[in-house]
Amino acid sequence: MNRKRTKMSLTTRRSINGYLFIMPWLIGFIVFYLRSLIMSVQFSLSELTVNPGGGYTLEFVGLENFIYAFRVHGSFKQILTTSVGNMLIDVPLITFFSLFMAILLNKKFPGRTLVRAIFFLPVILNSGAIQDAMDLARAMMSGGISNASAEIAEAASGSGVSIDYYIQMFTSLGLPDVIIEYVSGAVGRISEIINASGVQIVIFIAALQSIPGSMYEVAKIEGATGYETFWKVTFPMVMPHIITNVVYTVVDSFADSEVVELAYDVAFTQNNYGLSSVFSLVSTIVTCLILVLVCRFIQKRTFYYN
Amino acid sequence: MDLSLKSLQAKWEAMKSDTQFANDRKRWASNVKKFILGLFKLVIIVGICYVILGPVIGIISSSFFSDSDTYNPMVYLIPQEPTLERYKIAIEYLNYGKTMTASLLYSLTLMLVQVFICSMVGYGFARYKFPFKNLLFGCVVVMIVIPVHTIMLPLYMTFAKFDVFGIIEATGGSAVNLLSTPVPMYIMTFFGCGLRSGLYIYIFNQFFRGLPKEIEEAAFVDGAGTWYTYFRIMLVNAIPSVITVAIFSMVWQYNDTFYARLFVISDDLVISKKISTIEASISNVEKILDPKILELFLDAGIVLVMIPIIIIYVALQKQFIEGVERSGIVG
Repeated sequence: MNRKRTKMSLTTRRSINGYLFIMPWLIGFIVFYLRSLIMSVQFSLSELTVNPGGGYTLEFVGLENFIYAFRVHGSFKQILTTSVGNMLIDVPLITFFSLFMAILLNKKFPGRTLVRAIFFLPVILNSGAIQDAMDLARAMMSGGISNASAEIAEAASGSGVSIDYYIQMFTSLGLPDVIIEYVSGAVGRISEIINASGVQIVIFIAALQSIPGSMYEVAKIEGATGYETFWKVTFPMVMPHIITNVVYTVVDSFADSEVVELAYDVAFTQNNYGLSSVFSLVSTIVTCLILVLVCRFIQKRTFYYN
Repeated sequence: MDLSLKSLQAKWEAMKSDTQFANDRKRWASNVKKFILGLFKLVIIVGICYVILGPVIGIISSSFFSDSDTYNPMVYLIPQEPTLERYKIAIEYLNYGKTMTASLLYSLTLMLVQVFICSMVGYGFARYKFPFKNLLFGCVVVMIVIPVHTIMLPLYMTFAKFDVFGIIEATGGSAVNLLSTPVPMYIMTFFGCGLRSGLYIYIFNQFFRGLPKEIEEAAFVDGAGTWYTYFRIMLVNAIPSVITVAIFSMVWQYNDTFYARLFVISDDLVISKKISTIEASISNVEKILDPKILELFLDAGIVLVMIPIIIIYVALQKQFIEGVERSGIVG
């Protein structure tokens, strides 16, 4: 017997199947993400009091929490600007450092797998507790690697090299202060930058390997130097992956920035849920804004091969 | 010997104009260039590897330090009187065997759920056409981009009084407090919103899109149903990305302290969380007040916590990196 099913076209049936496949995620997204986002906005616009029997009541207070965060709260503005500033400094550094390292590691040399394994290690050991202990150990090893540039200056002066002297020299050469500060800040944070670029290096290596070899052959035949080959072949070809890396870096650096710590503390030690939501929302909006702007900026200059 | 500048210049000119050994000279020069470049590369790579490995080496070595070594300024990295006492006490306070087993089991089960759900969702997005598909996939990307801390409070509230849409209340029960149990994590993961699920969905989606359509068509012609095709054919073909996601979700879950803190999951289930209190509890019970000595116990504990990750990593290192390269984190 061939029991006829209700007539449905193949497309409808397939689209139902598709929905079945993504169903768990769809439910989760609506229940946990969408609802939570709406709740976050709600919390930020109201004063929340926890009832003794569990549950909570919301009292609508308008923009009061936002006004408090920006006008009254002692450290929020400062922490937000430092986090954003650090991120803006780190993102280009991490991107270019990882591109540089990827180019170095892309060539075949003995012990390549080992080196790549070591470079990927920070991604594996990214637990908060382990990181803290690592920072301590790093300070203890004090082989010239420290976290703040001030410490570097101190350590260097101890060993007879005065970093101030070099900074002075570059200043009198006429380099603008901004650049000198940027570079010395970058040197001070070198270990953070290295630790933050594990995934990015791997992505760039994959990108480099996907460049067709014929392009390099053509460049060679046409007589391009290594420098030209890099800027005219390699760089445009990895350009699309720069966006991937920038997005990854921005998200990653915001996930463990001080703003998160602040929001967490305000919520769970001071029980000020409304204010905490404001902090989270503001930092999220800032992150998304930066992402959109940066992606726009890069996308305009990106060359897509296909 | 006449070593004046002029004679040197003359010699140099003579050498340059000498065509007999021009090829040899060029080869020699290029060899020197290669050697110097190689040396430069070596220095950079070794230096950076040291920056990464330095703290790990420091932690491992100082976990063997005895009290006298700590204050001996002559001791650097290699202890004079190595001791295993740090490990003994750290194991005792971590309740190592039990906590480690529980912790590994916890991340393992979550990993299985993660792989199962995310591969399913990724497959759905990659192979089926349905209304609002692009919008929904945009939501997956939003999930990756939005930091979790934006929604941490509502999540906390939701699970403190867990009753989605009032279903439990409607059937006569009362809302349950799921905090301080691992249940919230399982629920979140089962509904595709666990730790970095968005990224895993994205990876699977990219991978399935790269598989040839003919496989499924052949299966369909041979009479395989939708689910049979998915489980017995597509998932088997997706082994590389399954391995990547499995390892990542295992390791990140094991390391995760954010969700563990948020949902107040017991220390005995999450060893990465327990390690952060070990210093305080040793100092309270053993009456050790010297912070430098306490740090040694922490170092020993960290080494103990790192061991399984390192083992997994060393064993599967190749799949790890190649997985990231191949299975399409790269757009």
